[in-house]
Amino acid sequence: MGELKVEKHAKYILTVEKKKDDFESVVMEHLRLNGAYWGLTTLDIIGKLDAIDPEEVVSWIMQCQDESGGFGGNIGHDPHVLYTLSAIQVLALFNKLDVLDTEKVANYIASLQADDGSFAGDIWGEIDTRFSYIAICSLALLRRLDKINVEKAVKHILSCQNVDGGFGCIPGAESHAGQIFCCVGALAITGHLHLLDKDLLGWWLSERQVKSGGLNGRPEKLPDVCYSWWVLSSLIMIDRIHWIDKQKLVHFILDCQDKENGGISDRPDDAVDVYHTYFGIAGLSLLEYPGLKPIDPAYALPVEVINRIFLSR
Amino acid sequence: MDSEDVKENRVPFSNRSEWSDIKPVPQDDGPNPVVVIDYKDEFVETMDYFRAVYMADERTPRSLDLTREAISLNPGNYTVWQFRRLILEHLNVNLHEELQFMDQIATKNPKNYQIWHHRRWIAEKLGVGAAHKELEFTRRVFSQDAKNYHAWSHRQWVLLNLGCWEDELSYCDELFNDDICNNSAWNQRFFVVTKSPLLGGLDVMRDSEIMFTIKAILAKPGNESPWRYLRGLYQNDAKSLLNDPRVASVCTEVLLGGSQYVHALNLVLDALIHQFQPGEDLKGAIEAVYSSLDLPDSTSDSELAKRVCFILEKVDPIRASYWHWRKTTIPSQAL
Repeated sequence: MGELKVEKHAKYILTVEKKKDDFESVVMEHLRLNGAYWGLTTLDIIGKLDAIDPEEVVSWIMQCQDESGGFGGNIGHDPHVLYTLSAIQVLALFNKLDVLDTEKVANYIASLQADDGSFAGDIWGEIDTRFSYIAICSLALLRRLDKINVEKAVKHILSCQNVDGGFGCIPGAESHAGQIFCCVGALAITGHLHLLDKDLLGWWLSERQVKSGGLNGRPEKLPDVCYSWWVLSSLIMIDRIHWIDKQKLVHFILDCQDKENGGISDRPDDAVDVYHTYFGIAGLSLLEYPGLKPIDPAYALPVEVINRIFLSR
Repeated sequence: MDSEDVKENRVPFSNRSEWSDIKPVPQDDGPNPVVVIDYKDEFVETMDYFRAVYMADERTPRSLDLTREAISLNPGNYTVWQFRRLILEHLNVNLHEELQFMDQIATKNPKNYQIWHHRRWIAEKLGVGAAHKELEFTRRVFSQDAKNYHAWSHRQWVLLNLGCWEDELSYCDELFNDDICNNSAWNQRFFVVTKSPLLGGLDVMRDSEIMFTIKAILAKPGNESPWRYLRGLYQNDAKSLLNDPRVASVCTEVLLGGSQYVHALNLVLDALIHQFQPGEDLKGAIEAVYSSLDLPDSTSDSELAKRVCFILEKVDPIRASYWHWRKTTIPSQAL
C-alpha cells in the first residue's frame, strides 16, 4: 500500500498545467479559479503553500471579479457563485480577505436568494442546494450572513431532505453524497445540525463504504476518491465518523496515487487530476493521516485559516 | 455540426471574408499567469473572435454561429453559453431548432452542467408543449447511463412543471428490468408514487408498492435500494413494517437463504428495538443464521436484538462500529 507521496503531489500541482499539447488544460480555462482553490489548498495541507507567490495569485483573482461583485472562473468570464466561493477561499488561504470590497461581494451573493429561500448560481437562475451551501459558506467567511434570510435558506434545504435521511439538489431529487455535503455543511455553518436525524443520515453515509474500502456517492455506484471528502466531512459534521472503517479508506486513497508522477485519481489506476488530488489529500487530513494540516469539514479550508478568520478579531 | 466536422471543414476566421471587420481579442491571463497554458491554434483563434463579439456585445447571426463553434470546441465554457442565450433572445430564434442543436452535442457531453441548464432554459420558454420531447430526450440519455444525475433532475423538473406523468411508473418498471439495482429509478418511483396527480398518493399506493418491492427484494436481497424504498413507504416506521406479515415473511425467507441478509437483518433489528414481537418463523430463521456463524455461545443471552447485532458485526465487519453502536441502543426490555 505504501505511503502518501507528498513531494510528488506537490510537484504535480506546481507543474500541472504546463503540459504541452494538453487539450485538457485548455478546456479547463473557464474554471481556473476552482482549479486554483483545489491546487493551493492541497499545497497548504501538505505544508508547501510557500512555493507560491501570493501577490501574483491575488492580483489575478481580483481581475476575475465582475462589476456585479461576483467572480468568474477566469479573467473575462461571467460571474457565478461557484467561482466567487473559490475566490474567497483562496484569498483566505493567503490571509488577503481584506483586499475585497466585502459589501459588494456579499450583495452579489445575497441577490441570488429566491423567495423560497433557495439560491441560484447566477443571474440565469439555476437552483441547486450546492448554491445554498456556496452562498452560506461564502457569506460566513466574509462574516456577512446577515445579508440573507438564513431561516428561509434552512427551510429550503430541509425541503430537499429525502425519507432516507439524505439530500438531493432540489426537492424530490435522489440523495447524493455531494449534495448531502452541501446541505449538512450549510446547516453546520448556520447552527442547524440539530434539525437532522443524524443516526439515519449517518447510516446512509456509512453504507457508502464498499468492500475495497472506498466510498461511493449513491447506492450501487462505484467508489470514487472525491467521496472521501463529501461523505467523510458529512460524517464528521454529524459526529458519526467512527461508523466507517477508516483504515480501509486510507488504504483506498493511497492506492489511488500515481506514485511515479504524483497526483491522485478517482480510483486505482485511472488518470490523475487536481480535483481528485485535492479531495484525496483533504480526505486523508480528515482521517488524521500524519503530516497533514487539519482541515475544517464545513468550510473546506485548513483549520488555522478558519481560526484566523473567526478567532483573531 | 460536431467538433470533428469543425476540424475537417474549418476555415480559419482570419480567412473568412464575413469576419474581416473584426479584430480578435487574445486571452488575458495577466502579466504573470498563475498557470501557463499551451493552447491549440484553432481554439485560440475561435476564442479570440468570441471575445471580440462578446466585448462588443454583438448579437447577430454570425455571432450566434460563432458561439456554436466555440461550444463545439469547449462545451464547458459557461460564458459562451450565456452570451448565446442573449443572442437567441435578441434574434428571437426558433427554440425548436435550438433543441436540435442541443440534441447533437448532448450525446458526447452527458454530464455537462451548462448543456443541461441551457436545455432547461429552452424548455421553460417552450412550456407544456415541450414535455414529451424532454422526457424522450432524458430517456435516450438513460439508455447510455441510467443513473445520470443531471438527467434525473431534468426529468423531475419536466414532470413537476410541464406534466406528462402518465407513463412514468411503467418507465420505472422498464428501467428495473434492465437493472433492479438502479437507485435513481427507485428514487423516481418514490417521486412518482408520492407526487403524481394521477395515482392518488402514498396511502392509496402503499399496498401494491409493498408487493412490488418484495418481489424486487427476493430477486436480489443484497440490493440496498428496495429496502430503503420499503422503509420509505412506511416513513421509517420499522415496527409497523414488520407487523405486515408479508414483510416479516420476506425477511424470514431472505434469512433462510443464508446469504445477502444484512439489509433484512437491519430492518428486523430496527423493529425489535421498537418492541416488535417476531413470530416463530422469523425467530427460527435468525437463530439458524446465528448458529451457522462462529459466534459466542450465548444461551444465557436471550435478547434477540443483541444476537442480531452480533451477527451483523460479524458479516458486515466494515461497519462493525455502527453495529456495535446499534447494540447500545437496545432498550433493556427488548426481546
